[in-house]
Amino acid sequence: MHELGIASSILETVIKEAERHPEGRITKVRVRVGELSGVDVEALQFGFECIVKETEWEGLVLEVESIPRVQKCPKCWKEFRMADFDPQCPQCGEFVTECISGDELNIAYMEVDE
Amino acid sequence: MSRVEVEKKVLNENQMVAEQLRKRYRQSGLLCINLISAPGSGKTLLLEKTLERIDKSVRVAVLTGDLQTENDAQRLAKFGFPVKQIVTGGTCHLDARMVEKHLVDWNLDELDLLIVENVGNLVCPSSYDLGEDAKIVLLSTTEGEDKPLKYPSIFFKSELMVLTKIDLLPYVPFKADVAKENARRVHPRMEILEVSSTTGEGLDVWMNWLEARRKTKQTVR
Repeated sequence: MHELGIASSILETVIKEAERHPEGRITKVRVRVGELSGVDVEALQFGFECIVKETEWEGLVLEVESIPRVQKCPKCWKEFRMADFDPQCPQCGEFVTECISGDELNIAYMEVDE
Repeated sequence: MSRVEVEKKVLNENQMVAEQLRKRYRQSGLLCINLISAPGSGKTLLLEKTLERIDKSVRVAVLTGDLQTENDAQRLAKFGFPVKQIVTGGTCHLDARMVEKHLVDWNLDELDLLIVENVGNLVCPSSYDLGEDAKIVLLSTTEGEDKPLKYPSIFFKSELMVLTKIDLLPYVPFKADVAKENARRVHPRMEILEVSSTTGEGLDVWMNWLEARRKTKQTVR
């Protein structure tokens, strides 16, 4: 439901970045969306298409990299991809492990045609 | 073609405002909590019971968010604490800018506790940092036990889960143990409290949690 606002924030960042590259044209923006970020990728793509449509930004590609949830065990330091909401360490069996990635909602980079 | 590394948060603007708010709260020794749940889980009733029971020496203020109406602010104003309604006009969550805007008339140095009641929604509020010290998620016994698994983001980001309407447990199929286990699968370190705002069961524990959290905040000032 809030993906349209998030799409707008992405476009705003692109517009700001474009001011720094007056000679070029930004053709792609890549964002990293963690599975815990609360953002639906399809809704984000749809929202983004809607806001660039019939503007000078039509055709700008939004590329989404989905980031899985990764846990780290505080006992044996094993890092593992958390599947099916099972936080238990597969190596030593510790139940309380720490999330080290998966809640990202970041703009990674943009591609500029010079 | 060249690549420009950006590596910043999509909600960078919101994040900056949230960090400013967090800094102001810290300087004032004020605890800010952000209450989040689905519509109808009992946020406003829990707030009413909290304001009714809280030590009158604690200076509390409340911001309550809804898409429309001032109903909640009216419900909460009768306890004599300052209350402001944030009408989002359709937006499904509160953002840091809305909070900042509604704080302008209050001197934060004269407050000890700021309670923000978010818009009833388990999805969107999870993406917006409001500068709060703790997000608190409510889950009621008339919902599904699998909600933590269906909406992991908010359960992951909340420090505490308050299981509400526990007076209804004998009448509903809801299994509290399963709900708690699901919450801890998403967030192993999550604290969990059980309350009934109707019978008062568990409210003392909730009030103690709040008071302990508030005292910690004042000492780290």
